[in-house]
Amino acid sequence: MGVGIQVTDLNAWYGANHALLGINMNIPANHVTALIGPSGCGKSTFVRCLNRMHETNATARVSGEVRIGDVDIYAEASPVEIRRRVGMVFQRPNPFPTMSIYDNVASGLRLNGFRNKGVLDEVVERSLQSSALWDEVKDDLHKKSGASLSGGQQQRLCIARALAVDPEVLLMDEPASALDPVSTAKIEDLIFQLKSQYTIVIVTHNMQQAARVAETTGFFLMGKLVEFDSTHKIFTNPTDKRTEDYITGRFG
Amino acid sequence: MVLVKIKLQEAGVAGQSGSPSRGRTRSGVDSQPEPSLVRKFLLSRGSSAFADRTFRGLMLLCAFSIFGIVALIATELVLRSQMSINKFGMAFFFRQIWDPVSGDFGALPFIYGTLASSFLALLIAVPLAIGLAIFLTEMCPRFLRSPLAFITELLAAIPSVVYGLWAIFVLVPILREHVNPVLAKTLGWTGLFSGPNFGIGMLAAGVILAIMILPIISSLTREVMTSVPHTQREAVLALGATRWEMIRMGVLRNARIGIVGSIILGLGRALGETMAVTMVIGNRPEIAKSLFAPGYSMAAVIASEFTEASDDLYLSALMEIGLALFIVTIVVNALARLLVWAVTRGTPARIN
Repeated sequence: MGVGIQVTDLNAWYGANHALLGINMNIPANHVTALIGPSGCGKSTFVRCLNRMHETNATARVSGEVRIGDVDIYAEASPVEIRRRVGMVFQRPNPFPTMSIYDNVASGLRLNGFRNKGVLDEVVERSLQSSALWDEVKDDLHKKSGASLSGGQQQRLCIARALAVDPEVLLMDEPASALDPVSTAKIEDLIFQLKSQYTIVIVTHNMQQAARVAETTGFFLMGKLVEFDSTHKIFTNPTDKRTEDYITGRFG
Repeated sequence: MVLVKIKLQEAGVAGQSGSPSRGRTRSGVDSQPEPSLVRKFLLSRGSSAFADRTFRGLMLLCAFSIFGIVALIATELVLRSQMSINKFGMAFFFRQIWDPVSGDFGALPFIYGTLASSFLALLIAVPLAIGLAIFLTEMCPRFLRSPLAFITELLAAIPSVVYGLWAIFVLVPILREHVNPVLAKTLGWTGLFSGPNFGIGMLAAGVILAIMILPIISSLTREVMTSVPHTQREAVLALGATRWEMIRMGVLRNARIGIVGSIILGLGRALGETMAVTMVIGNRPEIAKSLFAPGYSMAAVIASEFTEASDDLYLSALMEIGLALFIVTIVVNALARLLVWAVTRGTPARIN
């Protein structure tokens, strides 16, 4: 089951570049929350702060509080602990090319020392089914490598890999931006299926995508959260003029 | 080249004499505009097929010269060692006798010495080199990175005779007085570290070889590891990996073919290394279990006995040692490549 996320006064920097300015956000549990905004507005940086991936960049700094469930992830937990609870899917599919499909999905559990073969088999099948890839790959789980799949299949494999560790939160950083429309539709269906069990935060460039999959939407501009409300409200009756300009295509 | 020049001139002449009148008719009747200067120049270049063919031929020649050189070396070695081959036959490679006085020769101690010292060197150098590469690519603070990388590569540029001298004056005394006694006390029961401790011997040769091949393995490994995309590291980190787990799963696993390749290159250098080994291995044609004992390697025996080979059979036997070295190098390389193929079969190392 997913948990909610409370973000309080979050600031992030890359060297001297102040990328996020005082973000406050309350992300509801078991919902899809979309983050939209023009390139470089800080939405990717924001999701990377939610699993402490931001700090893997050598010059990165962060301040403020992020609570996932009831844990303050910067004060009360190590990055490794947090990333075991918060799964992430990246913009470009990044399966492990030297591993089979099965090993790709099992990698997160094996990494943490999980060895029970029977349970692993079950988890791999369930994860691939949840990511709608099972029927396409079930006959060559051990034969094909993760890199031999098509782009859309690779991305669904990455989703299965993230789901296999049964995360409480799933972060998706433009998961469909490198994919064709058919694969994109599959990923969106998938997000729709998954939201009853996971808290999903999805960054997207595509406003229709946000409108289709998310209950809540946040609009970022130049490192600030301009507006955060129900998707319906954002797309039909935004409070802020800048939000309106963006969603009507006047800039960005 | 000449052909192209002539064509260019023709085009120039035609352009000068014909253009005013043609220009008028074109604009008046055909209404087709005069081709631009750039277009005329490019049209005058012809098909360039000759240049392409010449280039292709030259490159092919470069490539095939490799086959020529290898074939030449092999035939020369076989011809020059004919006398020894006729006298001892295949047994030459399995005999332990090396007695120039009575003209009785066998290559086994040298083959053993070359292989043992080289694998000993790999055993020491590979973990060190990979550790160094991991530190340099994944953990090193920026200000330390280039000096460390520079010094590692500097090690590769030092002539081997300098390594040999350093080994005699620094490494051998250290081994004799500090390292060997400890090894004898703790691991003496294995039989690998026992017997008289001269300092000079198989262990010294292995250590100096390890230092010599460390930079090659390390800098190539670093190169391959750097080329692993950052997205692979992120993928592992996002699953909740520690730094070592990330390096193992996201970096080393993806770079393994390149790393094995760099180890093979290091092994190649160790097998053929002559000067430094000759200076510290002890130069005694014997096979001993203890690594403290002196030995001899194929390259070392050729280098140190070639000048004193007084009769034809002696010379021929040394040539056959050269042939043995040639064969051993090829076999070891082939085996290593086979190993890479077997390990990576079925899982392509493609990284998007």
